Amino acid sequence: MAEQLLIEDRTSEVMTVNMGPHHPATHGVLRLVVDLEGEVVRDLKPVIGYVHTGIEKSCEDKSYWKVIPFVERMDYVSFFFQMEAYCGAVERLVGLEIPERAKHLRVIFLELNRIHSHLVWLGTTALDLGAISMLWYCFRERDRILDLFEMATGQRMHTRYFQVGGVIEDIPVGFEKKLREFLTDMPVRVEQYQALLDRNEVFLQRTKNTGIVSRERLLELGVTGPLLRASGEPWDLRKAFDYLAYPKFDFKVPVGTVGDNYDRYRVRVAEMVESVRIVEQALDGLPEGPFIADDRKYVLPPRSELSTSMESLIHHFKLVTEGYRVGPGEMYYAIESPRGELGCFVLADGSAKPARVHFRDPSFVNLQAFKDMSIGSYIADMICSLGMLDPILGGVDR
Amino acid sequence: MPDAPGLELIRGEIDDAQPGAVLDTGFERGRASLAIAPEHLIAVLTWLRESAGHEYGFLSSLHAADYLPAEPRFAVHYELLNRDRVERIRVKALLADPAANGNEQALPEIDSCVEMFPTAEFQEREVFDFFGIVFKGHPDLRRILLPDDYVGWPQRRDFPVGGEPVTFTYNEKNYG
Repeated sequence: MAEQLLIEDRTSEVMTVNMGPHHPATHGVLRLVVDLEGEVVRDLKPVIGYVHTGIEKSCEDKSYWKVIPFVERMDYVSFFFQMEAYCGAVERLVGLEIPERAKHLRVIFLELNRIHSHLVWLGTTALDLGAISMLWYCFRERDRILDLFEMATGQRMHTRYFQVGGVIEDIPVGFEKKLREFLTDMPVRVEQYQALLDRNEVFLQRTKNTGIVSRERLLELGVTGPLLRASGEPWDLRKAFDYLAYPKFDFKVPVGTVGDNYDRYRVRVAEMVESVRIVEQALDGLPEGPFIADDRKYVLPPRSELSTSMESLIHHFKLVTEGYRVGPGEMYYAIESPRGELGCFVLADGSAKPARVHFRDPSFVNLQAFKDMSIGSYIADMICSLGMLDPILGGVDR
Repeated sequence: MPDAPGLELIRGEIDDAQPGAVLDTGFERGRASLAIAPEHLIAVLTWLRESAGHEYGFLSSLHAADYLPAEPRFAVHYELLNRDRVERIRVKALLADPAANGNEQALPEIDSCVEMFPTAEFQEREVFDFFGIVFKGHPDLRRILLPDDYVGWPQRRDFPVGGEPVTFTYNEKNYG
């Protein structure tokens, strides 16, 4: 017996280790139960739900317009996308066409939000891999985007800017100048990030040929967004479906070839440059006209009318107290968020409150691919893969 | 999206292959949907995925809805997508509530589609977690977002908002 213990191979012993939920490399509160053989990952189970706050249930108790700030707080890094998915679904339910100017404004803020989200991802993921300076550089540009959000909407995050029917306010004087300055700077900044990382030996060794999952497997797992595009599948809902003003704009869909963590990094960095191009085009072609639809049954009347028009006052009162009613029906509306297909399902039962609001969150679905990325790799590569997966736990848990 | 006549053609073809599977078709606001009987779920999903000219091979989203007070009460929605033609179709499997027949603990059941669409694994767990719909054949059907010892199915319409007992009652006891 004693002899047996002595010859026992300690490196092939499988040990179950708990990681998280409070671990800086888990990007929030994700708990991982990892089976390790030495340093090699043999099995992995993500345990989620630590920031579940029942937002979907709470939405059932709010009138339609009060749901907007709620859903923003699900995926707290891509709040404009959450708003667009929800507002778009309700607009399609009530058959409300939004004005051209609102479509352009929405595209501008969505794409700025995409850059913002990718900057947060790049900064924190590079931080996980030991490149601390990246965090400061990325958050410097992120702050400029937040300044732009604050200038136009009054809030830096969770702006409640999109309304059913358009946007709440037009962009202020001076916003365009500030935005153009940012758009001139941003491609240069992206080049700087690439100069820091693209030929960095440590970064290359950590990312190249790690976390590879085949394109077929990713599609089976329902993975969308940059993760899927990095494996060579040019699938982007902005190109595939006709929503907002995207068909008007000329932009490319970056794809990878190998599908490893390095490709995921390259795809996202290339997407930032494409987003800058989209914002430029949306700003150049920004049409004059109203920024919100003129349907008083759904849209608040302008403030100036309230003191002169009794009818406007009644509409305003009805909209703010009871809210508008939406005829029975259901709608699934999906958009391309920074993490993939963000779908919003709204079930209306004819009352002034939605009977169900469900978000198909890309982080939640993409997280299923994490096991495939990590099994058989070192635990250090698992951390890298998790960063490249870019899950936002607020969106996963809702 | 298939248009309204296209949807009726799909229904006709499924009726030939699986008589009685399709209960209803719906085409509203440009979106096509098929309401089906739950026992034919796998057959219909396989048919939509495999048969030539349709090939809805990507499951975008799986979610459930509670249509209380309608009968049957629950529906599990499958948002299928054909990525080549960029067409979506929604399959709704209608589920009656077995608890209505007296047995309060009985849960509605439906076949799991995880083998066909591995992406459904988390999403079916989520539906189970919030609606108490059991997916037969799911490899690991546990609660996913709520704690394992949670009692109740909170996304059902008869589950009250604010129906959560307060766990920390220190202030209530001492200063209440």
